[in-house]
Amino acid sequence: MKKFDKLTAVAAPLPLINVDTDMIIPARFLKTIKRTGLGQSLFHTLRFDENGSEREDFVLNKSAYKDAKILITGANFGCGSSREHAPWALDDFGIRCVIAPDFADIFFNNSFKNGILLIKLPQKEVDDLMEVAERGANSTMTIDLETQEIISSDGKSIKFELDPFKKHCLLNGLDDIGLTMEKEKKIGTFEENQKVTQPWL
Amino acid sequence: MATTLYDKIWDAHLVDQREDGTCLLYIDRHLVHEVTSPQAFEGLRNSSRKVRRPDLTLAVADHNVPTTDRSKGIDDEESRIQIEALDKNCLDFGIELYGMNDIRQGICHVIGPEQGFTLPGTTMVCGDSHTATHGAFGCLAFGIGTSEVEHVLATQTMIQTKAKNMRVTVNGSLPTGVTAKDMILRIIGEIGTAGGTGSVIEFSGEAVSELTIEGRMTMCNMTIEGGARAGLVAPDQKTFDYLMGRPKSPKGASWETAIDYWKSLKSDDGAKFEIEIALDAEDIAPQVTWGTSPEDVLPITGRVPSPNNESDTNKKAKMQRSLDYMGLEPGMLLEDIKIDKMFIGSCTNSRIEDLRLAAKVANGQKVADHVDALVVPGSGLVKEQAEKEGLDEIFVSAGFDWREPGCSMCLAMNADKLQPGERSASTSNRNFEGRQGPGGRTHLVSPAMAAAAAIKGHLVDVRSFNID
Repeated sequence: MKKFDKLTAVAAPLPLINVDTDMIIPARFLKTIKRTGLGQSLFHTLRFDENGSEREDFVLNKSAYKDAKILITGANFGCGSSREHAPWALDDFGIRCVIAPDFADIFFNNSFKNGILLIKLPQKEVDDLMEVAERGANSTMTIDLETQEIISSDGKSIKFELDPFKKHCLLNGLDDIGLTMEKEKKIGTFEENQKVTQPWL
Repeated sequence: MATTLYDKIWDAHLVDQREDGTCLLYIDRHLVHEVTSPQAFEGLRNSSRKVRRPDLTLAVADHNVPTTDRSKGIDDEESRIQIEALDKNCLDFGIELYGMNDIRQGICHVIGPEQGFTLPGTTMVCGDSHTATHGAFGCLAFGIGTSEVEHVLATQTMIQTKAKNMRVTVNGSLPTGVTAKDMILRIIGEIGTAGGTGSVIEFSGEAVSELTIEGRMTMCNMTIEGGARAGLVAPDQKTFDYLMGRPKSPKGASWETAIDYWKSLKSDDGAKFEIEIALDAEDIAPQVTWGTSPEDVLPITGRVPSPNNESDTNKKAKMQRSLDYMGLEPGMLLEDIKIDKMFIGSCTNSRIEDLRLAAKVANGQKVADHVDALVVPGSGLVKEQAEKEGLDEIFVSAGFDWREPGCSMCLAMNADKLQPGERSASTSNRNFEGRQGPGGRTHLVSPAMAAAAAIKGHLVDVRSFNID
């Protein structure tokens, strides 16, 4: 997994609530057996019109935000399906961090497994950052995972909370299958016990 | 200490707990389908890892399969490649697979219970958010992403932190013409699509006990639409009766021991729930969604709401966006909304009871001239049963299209979809923008309401059909 420690990049404002996984990547783009190349389908309906041309008014199509790596958005981002194609598409497009009041649970987990940092902040702080992000290419922010703070272009610092295990894995780019495999003995013991207590399984 | 059903199943599957609260949970059952698994198997191959317990894993192709005659294979190349990849992966890793032409093939959340693969007190995962369905059996079931699918394949465990306990109690009995689908839509309208975030919801109360197992599946299926990690109903005699004799259910002496254990699976009196919601079943009318989120739901007797009555600016903007997308004007009667297509199917509503109910409404009627109506059974076995009962004939003579099993127009990955601007009455679970095809407009309803809408050509209160 990709490491995440410090990121300085343009933040794009997407002031919508309940952005669902079908909006992030519609189901017709899930017919792939690869993880890569999904960035071109990211926010497909919002980004492109019926003829496949870019919609000028969509934030990521504006020149100031073409290189955005941070997204500031509304509550319940990533609701809906469990498709990991959603974080794959974000990552492939170049988005490494999303800031919102809250996220849907499955999307939250999926993003961290792909080295994408999701930051939950109170609505007021998200509103403030949204305002900063609306300044276009001047909306550069720095996310420091080690110190758990966001430093916006006006020098203001905002602290954020994060589960220590997720932070540890992200900072070190750890593959958690490898970590779990170290517990193989415990898993084996569990299976032996279960064979006795619930033999029908 | 008094514990909840969720606490009990969680505790019984705890393999390890770190100091920071991160837990390793054992997974008893894993359902695999073609869309979210290829990258997981690729990951296993790249790291030379095996599937730890192929015997606890069951695979089926459902999302992509055509619902028309498939004896000659699949035309769509990408879909075909994905399905062939599943075939190969199951063969290479020794996993049981119900192939496209197996009578047991169907939507993963229909076939799990049908085969007795889903059992009370177990933990289950699948790379699909509607895995919550299996909670109807008192099975703790999570939808997961592909990285977690790979993790479970390799280790038979998943890393999780414990969720909050939430309980939704529905008191009293559902009125005539009102179903489990209406009940869960009403609940989502009440709590919102993020109302269950970070929680596992236990459904209880008289109205839930009175539901059939299939009704409970419909209810738990849409728990994810309320944002919760899983939904649960405590197992009871109905659960045991449903499971008895299924191919993968315990047999003989094991069955008796299992039942003894399953009977202990309920929340203790006085168990603590962080969030409690209560509703009266008598107040629930047939529901229909008007917007682009399952929480945008009202009784069929209502009118399209106005953004002017919404004070929260974010919600107001979302509401306006939904109305523009749906092509609806505030104040219009929901019953005046004309439809172009109707879809009965999906892991929410494609089981035999759903088809029986829809057939009761369709019996002796005709689908409106301007409506295309699609009935897609949840599995080959559901289809076979329906045909044995003559339901297919009722549908076909009323002008409904009778199809092969699969996910179909719920998410429009195969050829079944809405064209831009087209409007459906659908028994599926999501009315997101573009969910049933780019530009398509979805109204979520129960199977009875869907059949009624197909016949009248517009959304309509099924209670006017006078079926019992």
